Amino acid sequence: MFFMNDKDKFFGFLKSPSVDQVGLEERASRFTKRSIKKETKLNGLFLTLNMIDLTTLEGKDSEGKVKQLCYKAQHLHDTYPGLPTVAAICVYPAMIRIAKKALAGSGIKIASVATGFPSGQVPQKVKIKETRFAVAEGADEVDMVISRGKFLAGEYNYVFDEIATIKDACGAARLKVILETGELGTMDKIRRASDIAMHAGADFIKTSTGKIQPAATMPVTLVMLEAIRDFYYQTGKMIGMKPAGGISKSKLALHYLVMVKETLGDAWMNNEWFRFGASSLANDVLMQIEKERTGNYQSGNYFSID
Amino acid sequence: MDKKMQTVLPKKKKNTLKLKFETTRSYAPALESTSAANIKPQYDLFINGKFEAPLSKKYFPTINPSNEEKLSEVAEANAADVDKAVKAATNAYEKVWKKMAAKERGKYIFRIARIIQEKARELAIIETLDGGKPIRESRDFDIPAAANHFFYYAGWADKLDYAFPNKRTESIGVAGQIIPWNFPLLMAAWKIAPALATGNTVVLKPAETTPLTALKLAEIIQEADLPPGVVNIITGGGATGVALVNHPEIKKIAFTGSTEVGKIILQTTAGTNKKLTLELGGKAANIIFEDAPLDEAVEGVINGIFFNQGQVCCAGSRLYVQESVAHTVIQKLKDRLESLIVGNPLDKNTDIGAINSRQQLQTIQKYLKIGKQEGAELYESPCALPKKGFWCRPTLFTNVAQSNRIAQEEIFGPVLAILTFRTDDEVIEKANNSPYGLSAGVWTDKGSKIFNMSKRLKAGVIWANTFNKFDPTSPFGGFKESGFGREGGLHGLLPYVNLINS
Repeated sequence: MFFMNDKDKFFGFLKSPSVDQVGLEERASRFTKRSIKKETKLNGLFLTLNMIDLTTLEGKDSEGKVKQLCYKAQHLHDTYPGLPTVAAICVYPAMIRIAKKALAGSGIKIASVATGFPSGQVPQKVKIKETRFAVAEGADEVDMVISRGKFLAGEYNYVFDEIATIKDACGAARLKVILETGELGTMDKIRRASDIAMHAGADFIKTSTGKIQPAATMPVTLVMLEAIRDFYYQTGKMIGMKPAGGISKSKLALHYLVMVKETLGDAWMNNEWFRFGASSLANDVLMQIEKERTGNYQSGNYFSID
Repeated sequence: MDKKMQTVLPKKKKNTLKLKFETTRSYAPALESTSAANIKPQYDLFINGKFEAPLSKKYFPTINPSNEEKLSEVAEANAADVDKAVKAATNAYEKVWKKMAAKERGKYIFRIARIIQEKARELAIIETLDGGKPIRESRDFDIPAAANHFFYYAGWADKLDYAFPNKRTESIGVAGQIIPWNFPLLMAAWKIAPALATGNTVVLKPAETTPLTALKLAEIIQEADLPPGVVNIITGGGATGVALVNHPEIKKIAFTGSTEVGKIILQTTAGTNKKLTLELGGKAANIIFEDAPLDEAVEGVINGIFFNQGQVCCAGSRLYVQESVAHTVIQKLKDRLESLIVGNPLDKNTDIGAINSRQQLQTIQKYLKIGKQEGAELYESPCALPKKGFWCRPTLFTNVAQSNRIAQEEIFGPVLAILTFRTDDEVIEKANNSPYGLSAGVWTDKGSKIFNMSKRLKAGVIWANTFNKFDPTSPFGGFKESGFGREGGLHGLLPYVNLINS
């Protein structure tokens, strides 16, 4: 981790630095002490909307549901002119084609989960096939899950190779690697998984599937942001970050933005490098934006639930 | 979070990699309102439960160091005023406090603690106005810690018979207490709470530049209905302190401040019967080993040296970092330095406030000059500083040698000297190679190393994988020229009692 020579560039993930959980949590809570007011708050809220991967990953997802979500993605709240759109729609592979059609010309990306989401307990051949299918259907981004069983068994090479293989199958699509931090147990393990993912070719690292509790937390996200920072200084390569699951309030989203800004700096403050994986965050942000405009909170019934 | 800052992509060339932070310009001001702070235009001396005009007839101004505006003026006690205060304390000791049932004493101290909590917001604002420290620190640290100290010692008042096995305790008499300007209310709490709990009465002198929260504490003591004369608070400068130290009826001196003044007090009290505790300067070594949790260590180093603008006697002002990780640690420190917000102490987002006084600023600037002359490399935050007031950018010195003055002498400002080491033995030798010995920090992932290091480091407080953590239950104090005696915890009772075999 510590020297920037070629050997470390390739094997740096074997030397992940340790993480002190107490200190980490203290640092994470310090970001929540920032008081975000006035124009800074409004800018932050707009930015948050623009960083959302609007997500539906249910067994009961249907064509109708996906179409409605795609409309919402482009028209978050039409009574407020000039709002940004979300960054992407996140769906299962079977829904990509429907989303593609519904989002045509909008500039909104289509992210598809793949590789046996959420458990990843399918043969590697199937994972590769599923990834290729998703890309062929038109996914701009692939959200894969790592093999947590292998990782916890210490088979880091397997995990590394699998990510590299999926990256290969992605072609031009950007690869987000879901660590499922809620299953990894310690901050040291989360740090190691982040390093493995980045060295194996991830374009983004992502906390959670949203199917396991705990999902994204600020300390977990901070460990991953710090891994991204170290990787950047080692290789010059920027990696994106996506916390997912459990971020449903604007205030918390703003705390996350403060954390990104003060850990990675201004270059990461856009949806090319930072995303929120969320299904209900958008409406809370919209409610806050309307409050900033009108001075009053409006009833939840004024915001569409899709 | 400003939109115009979103598109700056760092350059790809290895040697020029640098993250960009523009934190200071990014957050809209979030000022704490000063309307809750009631500051009178003039304060008298608090003697015998009342505010009384000074016999000296003199007053001096106290200013806000962040804009140099006058906040109020306070009385300057001369030797006659000091004598009056000590007489009041003696009288209260003999007639009331000494004889009072211990559990009743405890009730008064609990009451003071609760009123501090009730007035926490006002006290925090005044602490920030008078001393220049960020409101985040006075709100989240100074004031709650002061209340906690009173709560803790209130609990001891009726349990002294159980504090020291086979010993009974006896109070001493009048304690003369002199406190510094870096944590005005907290230091007053450190001094007053154990003295009262053990049955002594007090004459306290706050620092010349930060008298206001001590005078607010006097109002709180009035409100708590403490018997007159048990606590007397007199303001003034060095001469007032000298008169207090020399007063024959004082039985115990407690001083927190510079080593220079501490030595003078030690000389003047020699041959007298006065008990003495001194809590003086420091030049703490903060040691990072290569296996340390580096990001948390960097955060600890930042808090260790920039907490209260580095004006902390236990500040981690010497960083020893193992050579194998020095490059990484320095890089991380520089990045973190840039995300510190320097500015109006009343802004809730401010990390670094104003330096306490012009005099202190000049001392810090002198050392910045010395560091550069000694050949150390200076790196400072690129932040803009306000035009009025006393300000210093958070600063790192790299390429520092053990023989540099900036590595040996206490600067008492936001200036970190970074040195490197190779082996455990080497760093122990270097860390202990200081006239001071107040605190130290060790950062490693290895538990056994923590125990080994803490056994060999000559310092009163040693933090492992953290820094600048305080608790009323934990004793605090120094080795060598950092002073003697302990404050806080069970040990903090000792300087205020005589032990008698029971």
